[in-house]
Amino acid sequence: MAWFSKSKSKKENKSSDIWIKCPKCENHIFKEDWSNNLNVCPKCNFHSKISAYERIGLILDSGTFEEINISIYPADPLEFVDAKESYKDKVAKTRKKTGLNESIVTGVGKINGIKVVVAVMDFRFMGGSLGSGTGEKILQASNYSYDKKIPFIIFSASGGARMHEGILSLMQMAKTCAGIARLDERKVPFISVLTDPTTGGVSASYAMVGDLNIAEPGALIGFAGRRVIENTIKQKLPDDFQTSEYLLEHGFIDFITNRSEMKNKLYQVLSFYNR
Amino acid sequence: MKQKETSVSEMEEMLDKLKAMTGAKDSDFADQIAKIEKLIEVKKTNIYSNLTPWETVQIARHHKRPVLNDYIKLLFTDFIELHGDRRFSDDRALIGGFARIDGQPIMLIGHNKGKNVDENVIRNFGMAKPEGYRKALRLMKMAEKFNVPIVTFIDTPGAYPGLEAEERGQAEAIARNLVEMAQIKVPIISVVTGEGGSGGALGIGVGDSILMLSNSVYSVISPEGCASIIWRDGAMAERAAEALKVTAGSLKELGIIDEIIEEPLGGAHNDYESTIMSVKKAVLKHLKKYKGNSESKLIKKRFAKYSNIGVFNK
Repeated sequence: MAWFSKSKSKKENKSSDIWIKCPKCENHIFKEDWSNNLNVCPKCNFHSKISAYERIGLILDSGTFEEINISIYPADPLEFVDAKESYKDKVAKTRKKTGLNESIVTGVGKINGIKVVVAVMDFRFMGGSLGSGTGEKILQASNYSYDKKIPFIIFSASGGARMHEGILSLMQMAKTCAGIARLDERKVPFISVLTDPTTGGVSASYAMVGDLNIAEPGALIGFAGRRVIENTIKQKLPDDFQTSEYLLEHGFIDFITNRSEMKNKLYQVLSFYNR
Repeated sequence: MKQKETSVSEMEEMLDKLKAMTGAKDSDFADQIAKIEKLIEVKKTNIYSNLTPWETVQIARHHKRPVLNDYIKLLFTDFIELHGDRRFSDDRALIGGFARIDGQPIMLIGHNKGKNVDENVIRNFGMAKPEGYRKALRLMKMAEKFNVPIVTFIDTPGAYPGLEAEERGQAEAIARNLVEMAQIKVPIISVVTGEGGSGGALGIGVGDSILMLSNSVYSVISPEGCASIIWRDGAMAERAAEALKVTAGSLKELGIIDEIIEEPLGGAHNDYESTIMSVKKAVLKHLKKYKGNSESKLIKKRFAKYSNIGVFNK
């Protein structure tokens, strides 16, 4: 079996299996250290993307999460076909690859004992784009918050509205905001957590209108794309443009919190609302 | 589209010349003139009843298409423009104020496209900045306070994508309007008159009724933008316009809009008067629809309307 062990050792030596190169500081980090540090670079604090379920694991008390509307998945109302494939095929592939049905996971759980409704976007599902299914799940989650008077938290990670659903996806911005607007009358807190990236139609709807807007460090947050803006104004943009830090400085974020501290911070602020 | 329109206008020009040459009383030519007129009519009907989505986009963006200023002059009376967001400045791309339609007071808010370069430099091609959306919200809140219905006219390529717009919170300004409009206690009638450009349109578009002129378009992204992202080629815009289903007919089929306002033959730019009449009639009809609705009923209905938008599997 010499050939077998040989091939195995060869595989183990492949650098990408052991190391991760941080996209920001370009340091090589042990994969184990990287994941032990919650997918955050131990050298430069770069917060890389994580899946919706990973985030739920970090935020909610273990064993408290109950998912709702798990079975909602995209339809193809426009019969949209792009350069490579139909939207229908793309959805089928993405569902298989990610194990997700939509770009968001919603449900109820607890943060250090405080009951919350959460909606967590997952960038792997078509860039976390906002489609009809995403909008419906957010609305249902916020309706649950409204009915039961439970704080609502959305974690955004999205490139914006989903082109493949055309005008229907644009209208999800109005739909989700209509749901959130109702929370005020029952004094239910809505907290928006912005992670990398939160742009386009998602930034221009629910992600920007939290009672609190909290961001992870270094996240890309903005309305228009960098290239579009550069083309419009014919100027290079500053490096820190559209980062969490830039938005904090300009008054659109309440505070920035490291991933490792997020759960405690959320607990702290919720304790002020939950008197 | 331009070629097709040019061919019609060339024919019309020739007809005018012929009429001038022969004089109105020359009966020898009267038959022929009538025939040519009929021909032009048929040709126009052919062109305008078989428009591709991309051709419709061209008409929606036509430089002679009536803009807000035309509606202010021809459809409304007593317009008093109210300036400024009280926070930063006065956006010329998105304007508003009190007006009357058929004597009824309303709050009119709309994108302010120009018709030539000079106007468009001042009005930023109808691309509003955060201060525009914040002014719009201020005016909507005032309308609510004084119990005056709101009418919004949508005609924008999109919200302005610039450095200062981002700096001042373009995303927040639009998002805030979506939240606030959902709860405004007076009726909101939104009319897409030209281009309904994405979030920049929706930022004043959360209406109880959404109406569209028959050659206007409304889309999540411009066909050019979609083409450059999906096909990596802006020249695929024609295909993108088709795929995105941007026309009034498509939006009606998808259940997004409440009514299509038919434009005269040849498009709104060929006949202002009848366009204005049709828009006026439609706006009045929808204003009447909400008269006497209690505040809570109005907001409940609006919530239900937007709750029901979306197509997905379970």
